[in-house]
Formats: sequence, C-alpha cells, structure tokens
Amino acid sequence: MTSQTSTDYEKYYVPEKSSLAVMATIGLVLSVFGAANFINGLTFGEPGEASPTILYAGLFVFAATLFVWFRTTIRENIAGMASGQLKKSYVLGMYWFIFSEVMFFAAFFGVLFYVRNLAGPWLAAEGEGGRMNYLLWEGFQFSWPMMQTPQEAVGGAASQLIANNGAFASAKQSMSFAEAHHWYAWLPLWNTIILLSSSVTVHIAHTGLLDGNKKKFNLWLAATVALGVLFVILQVAEYYEAYAHFGLTLNSGIYGSTFFMLTGFHGFHVFMGMTMLAIQLMRSLRGGHFTAGDHFGFEASSWYWHFVDVVWVFLFLFVYIL
Amino acid sequence: MAHGPAKGISRWLFTTNHKDIGTMYLWFSFAMFILGGAFAMIIRAELFQPGMQLVEPAFFNQMTTLHGLVMVFGAIMPSFVGLANWLIPMMIGAPDMALPRMNNWSFWILPPAFLMLASTLFMEGGAPAFGWTFYAPLSTTYAAPSVTFFIFAIHILGLSSIMGSINIIATVMNMRAPGMSYMKMPLFVWTWLITAFLLVAVMPVLAGAVTMMLMDIHFGTSFFSAAGGGDPVLFQHIFWFFGHPEVYIIILPAFGVVSQIIPAFSRKPLFGYDSMVYATAAIAFLSFIVWAHHMYTVGMPVAGELFFMYATMLIAVPTGVKVFNWVSTMWRGALSFETPMLFCIGFLVLFTIGGFTGLMLSIAPADFQYHDSYFVVAHFHYVMVAGAVFSMSAAVYYWLPKWCGKMYNETMGKTHFWISFVGFNITFFPQHFVGLAGMPRRIPDYALQFADFNMMSSIGAFIYGGSQILFLYNVVATIVAGKPVSDDKVWDGAEGLEWTVATPAPYHTFEVPPTIDPAHAHS
Repeated sequence: MTSQTSTDYEKYYVPEKSSLAVMATIGLVLSVFGAANFINGLTFGEPGEASPTILYAGLFVFAATLFVWFRTTIRENIAGMASGQLKKSYVLGMYWFIFSEVMFFAAFFGVLFYVRNLAGPWLAAEGEGGRMNYLLWEGFQFSWPMMQTPQEAVGGAASQLIANNGAFASAKQSMSFAEAHHWYAWLPLWNTIILLSSSVTVHIAHTGLLDGNKKKFNLWLAATVALGVLFVILQVAEYYEAYAHFGLTLNSGIYGSTFFMLTGFHGFHVFMGMTMLAIQLMRSLRGGHFTAGDHFGFEASSWYWHFVDVVWVFLFLFVYIL
Repeated sequence: MAHGPAKGISRWLFTTNHKDIGTMYLWFSFAMFILGGAFAMIIRAELFQPGMQLVEPAFFNQMTTLHGLVMVFGAIMPSFVGLANWLIPMMIGAPDMALPRMNNWSFWILPPAFLMLASTLFMEGGAPAFGWTFYAPLSTTYAAPSVTFFIFAIHILGLSSIMGSINIIATVMNMRAPGMSYMKMPLFVWTWLITAFLLVAVMPVLAGAVTMMLMDIHFGTSFFSAAGGGDPVLFQHIFWFFGHPEVYIIILPAFGVVSQIIPAFSRKPLFGYDSMVYATAAIAFLSFIVWAHHMYTVGMPVAGELFFMYATMLIAVPTGVKVFNWVSTMWRGALSFETPMLFCIGFLVLFTIGGFTGLMLSIAPADFQYHDSYFVVAHFHYVMVAGAVFSMSAAVYYWLPKWCGKMYNETMGKTHFWISFVGFNITFFPQHFVGLAGMPRRIPDYALQFADFNMMSSIGAFIYGGSQILFLYNVVATIVAGKPVSDDKVWDGAEGLEWTVATPAPYHTFEVPPTIDPAHAHS
C-alpha cells in the first residue's frame, strides 16, 4: 500500500523555517494589548491618561510583517516554487476565510432580526415573551426604526442608569428610506449604485486579464478602486450627517447600535477590499505582475470585493429599506 | 529543503514543520491542562466542607470562570489541534500541512493570549468572574475592567482557531495522496474535517459576541441592555449559537481518536465506517439548531422550547450509531487491553453515561429542575473529561511510540488509567446526586446536607489530579529513557499510513506521495 512513486509529481513547496509568524505574533499581541489598555484608559482612567502608543506600535509591526509576508509569497511564486497544488491550497484558504467573514456578518444580521421580530415586540408587551413588560416598560410602544429607547419612553423606576449601561440619547431622524427628504439626496442609494457598478468593473478588469489585455485590466481595476474610495467617502459623509444632524449615535439605543455596527463593519471591509485591490493595481502597474493564467492575488481580492458587495445588498435591504 | 530540524530555540520559534508545531500544541495544551487543573483544585478545596474556608467568594468565581475558559480553549481544543497537526499529514500521505507558515502563526498567538487572560488575575478588580459563558449583563455592566483584556484574548483564540481550521480543511481537501478518496480517509481525518468546518462557522460568531460586549461596555451601544431596546437574552442566543457547536468541536476529534484505536486493539476493521462518517456529519448539522437547550429557563416561547427539545433529542440517534459501532467493532474481536484501549473503553462507558444525562437535560420540563445545578456540572464533565480528555490520553499512549520511537511503561500507563478512572468517578458521580437534590453550581458555600458528597467529590478530584502527574512522568520518562521501538507498525493491529513510515517518524514524511492500493478499504 505504500510503494513510493516519483512519476510526474510536482513537489509541494514546504517553506524553510521563517520568522514571519513570530513577527506577526508580536505585532498582533502588541496591537490588542495596546488597544485594551487604551480603551480601558478611555473608560475607566483619568481624562487624558489613555495613550494609544502601544496600539500604534503593534499595528505598525503587524502591517510591516504582513507586507514582508506577502512579498515573500509573491517572490516565491515568481521564482516558480508554487506548484499548482499549492495554488489550490491558497484558493481553498481564501474560500473558507470568506466563509468565516460571512458568519461574522451573520451574527450581526441575526441580532437585527432578533431585535426587530422578537425582542422589540416583547418589550412592548406583544406576544408570549411580552409578559415582563408590565414589570419594566409599561406603556412602551415598539416600532422600527426604534427612535425612542424604552428608558426614555417610560423612565421611572426602570431607568436606573447603572443597570442600563448609562443614559441613551434618542435620534431625531433615522437613516431609512422612508425618512429621506428626496430620493436623489439619499446617500445609501448612491452607495448602492457605486458598489454594484464596482463589482461590474472588477469583472471587466478580470476579463481583460484573461484576454491578455493588461491595459484594459489596469484601467478597469483603477476604476474599481476609485469607486471604492468614493463609497468610503460617502459613508463617512453619511456618518457625519447622522451624528451632526440626525442625532443618531452609538448612544441612540438598539437602532443606532445595529446601524453603526453593521454599516461600520461593512465599511471597514470595503476599506480592506479597496486596499487589497489597490495593491493588486500597484503590482500590475509597477511590478508587471499577473498573466492570463496566474493572477491569484487579484482573483482573491476580487472575490473579497464581490463578497462585500453582496453584504451591502443585504444591508441596503434590511437596514435601509425594509 | 533541510533534512533535519534546526538547532536551538529557533527550531521552535521559526518552524514550519507540522510535527514540531504539533508537538508545541501538545505541550502547550498540557501546560494549560495543569493550570486549569490547579484552578479546579482550588475550587474543590474550598468545597471540601461547607462554609467559607480558603478563598473569598469573588475569587472563587474567578476560579470557576478561568477553569472553564482555560480547559476549553487552552487545554482540550489545542490538544486536538496538536494531534491534527501531527497525524493528518501522515494519515493522508501529505508532505506537511497545506499552509505551513500560517500553521506556525496559529500556534504562536496562543501562548500570549493565555498570558493576557491569566494576567487579569493580577489586575485591579480581579479576573473575569462571570463564568466561562460570560452572560451579559454580568460580563458587561457588572464586569471588572479586566474584561477588556478577556475580550481581546478571546479574539486572538478565535483567530488562531479559524486559521488552524482553514489549514486543516485545505490540507484534507487538497493534499490527500493519489487514490485516497474521501471515503478511504481514516476516521480521525474525517472527524477533524467536520470539526474544522464547525470552527470556521462559529468562531466568527463568538468574535461578534465579544465585539458587541466591547461596544456595550465602552462605546454606549445597547445590544444587551433592554433599557436601550436590546436584550440580555440575546447574548445567550449568540453565545450558544457558538457554544453548542463548540462542544461538538471538542468531542468530534475524540470520536475520531476512539475510532482509530478500538479497531487496532480489537484486530478488526471499524464496524460501519460509512455510517460513522454520516453520523459525524449529522451531529455537526444538528449542532447548529439546538443551541437554546442551554436556555430553557430564560422565558422562551413554548414553540421555541419544543423545537429545541426535539432537535436536541435527535442528536441521540447519530451518537447512538457511533456507540453501537464501537461496541460492534469490539464484538468477537481479538481484544487486548493495552493502556490506549483501556482509556477508549473508559471513554465508551463514561461518555455514554454523559450522553444519557444529556438526554435527561434535553427534556425541557425536566430541565427546569436540573438547570444550573451540579447535575449539569456532572453531565458535562462526563463528556469533557471522560470523553475528550480520556480519548486524548489514549491518543498520546497510542501514537507516542511512533512520535519518539520509544515505548512507554505499560504498567505505569495502566496505573494511570485505573487511578484516573476511579478518581474521575469519585469526583463526578456524586455530583449527579447533589445536583438532583438541588445544589446549584458556581457557589463557594452550600447547605449542610450536601457535605458528604462534596467531600467525596473533592477527594476524587485530588486523586484524578494527582494521576495526571503520573501521566506527565510517564511521558517524559518515555521520551528521555524509554525502551526503543523499531517496528514501523508499533501495534500489531494498527492500520493506516502513519504506521508505514519509519519509527520514530522522520522529520519529513511523504515528500513524495505514497500510492494507495485501490482495493484497500479505509484504514
């Protein structure tokens, strides 16, 4: 059962010992330790005491290590060390990484559905779970978006600050379509158009690469990155509008919590995907990387980009429209 | 490629070798097992008699919390990842794991994460004291400031698990030797493939849960605060959506180990290989739709209670398939009772008891009596300790000769088993009774009528704990001065590719894939 054969087997590349993992560990550990210290300083420390220095140092080490790590991998591929089998490992790795991201967003969407369909009505004494309402929030009316928290709506004995994580400040206006003054001034619509088009442009770039047309590839990839930048700018503008004009903040109760966490994590992922695509553009322009048959870095980034696009479609439906 | 390991510390820090990384995972998990065990000894010492003797209640709560966290995330999970690293490439005929540098990273972020977690003991306000399930608002509104470090430690553990799992999935799907079809894989590889899928699916959900805690504590959100429109029970739903698959993440690799060892010492192929694979997949699927059976008493609608009750009971079917298959494998086999086999038989008997108490707990109306009592503690220790830890001990005895080329002391191994078996049962069997009689879990003091059984429990715990020192001694003595073994196939009944390489296993194995005999059934 174990007769060894060496016929037409392309050797699987197992790298020599490498300090990358340890450097990445140092970066990551400094980052999270620094972040925990900094955040604790903000919440529990004296004013002005919190310092993000360790966090920044950690992020710098981490980013530098990732840069070297990816550069090493790319150079190994150019040197012909990566077999077809290894490339398949990368493909599988990216698939399952994206699947893990899907599950991360699923947790936050799960919260949204739970609050809108179960916990919210229960707070307003509807359904089987609503019996506690007579003890806590009698008279509270539930609707979505929840513009007034139970604490503000009812107050009284149930509004002990300590038990409620502090005070809440209700928003004057929500971000949903129903409350937009003019459809053309409603930023999420433009963001939808931008992100959906960017999925098309990145696909056109891919077809250009498959045809061996690098010029077409570079052009359409640059367009994709530009659309990504535009999306992030509009998202920042939307947040500014929420905080400055609508009074919608993280402190606005569960509506603000779900809104900012869902769109915030999505926006962060757009930023990551945009950075990944921008790096692929640099590689193509300056390094002359990618051929019709070998362009995993670009392909993985484009999968990621399509993934954030799909998440946005769900956000648009369940956070903004419905 | 270099042929041997590098010299000195850099071998371990910079390694990309699956055997080195597996070894580090195994030693790290044993260190955590001792640390978590020490916390357990403090708990049992305090509970030796009613009244407050040794520790403050707040510290007692920190001990129960850290004991659970360290054992689940530090001892059991990394120990099976270590086994996976050592064995999966050798079992499927691969030269290494699919992504060797990331493999090293997955390991090295674990020790600092646990250092950070353990350091919370020395912080102002003390370590997390809200139980390993960290229910809100205990873990948000009422938590000590050290909870922030706890949150980030959980983030790192999750990252490590996700990367390790992606590596295992890529290895199993992409690196099997030609001719090794999925249905020819050893069952340990199958159970780990499914476990890795569970990990990739639920670890991000745990990351989401702790992120929401972080936001609630520091940035004013109200996910788990009803006053802001959220719901503390929502935390339990998210946690157990992770937490229930998590218990199968712990036990499925144990099933894999037992399915390798029982056939070897029965000198018969595993009975019902196909049904074992399908049962494992069925358990994994069911694990996603039963989470709220941990929450029967929080006031769910009756329809929810019924759904989760019936779904939970269904798990008994595939689990029963497995137990019957193991027993049928032994039926009319040429049995011999070396230490690994003893631990597997111990597993079989005690895990089945844990499964039955699980079935009792799954009955929603009955659970209102059992909930949060010592009956639950007894139940999950029968599954976690007699299930996962016993199978892990079996695995170490079974594969240690292949790893280091030396044979452990059989008498000492058997002694370890019998002391463990007896100590374990003295510890946890009486807890069924005190639990049914109404003793709640997670309390430092208790009513007088529970005194005798608690004293028994504590004595048993010290016996069980002490037997692990014997285990450590046996393993170290084997590595340092064990009797050399030279047969490739250490056990005459052992099947599988890992027994076809030299003993001790060379630093690099299967650099050229072996050919698998198409007629040969699964190993």
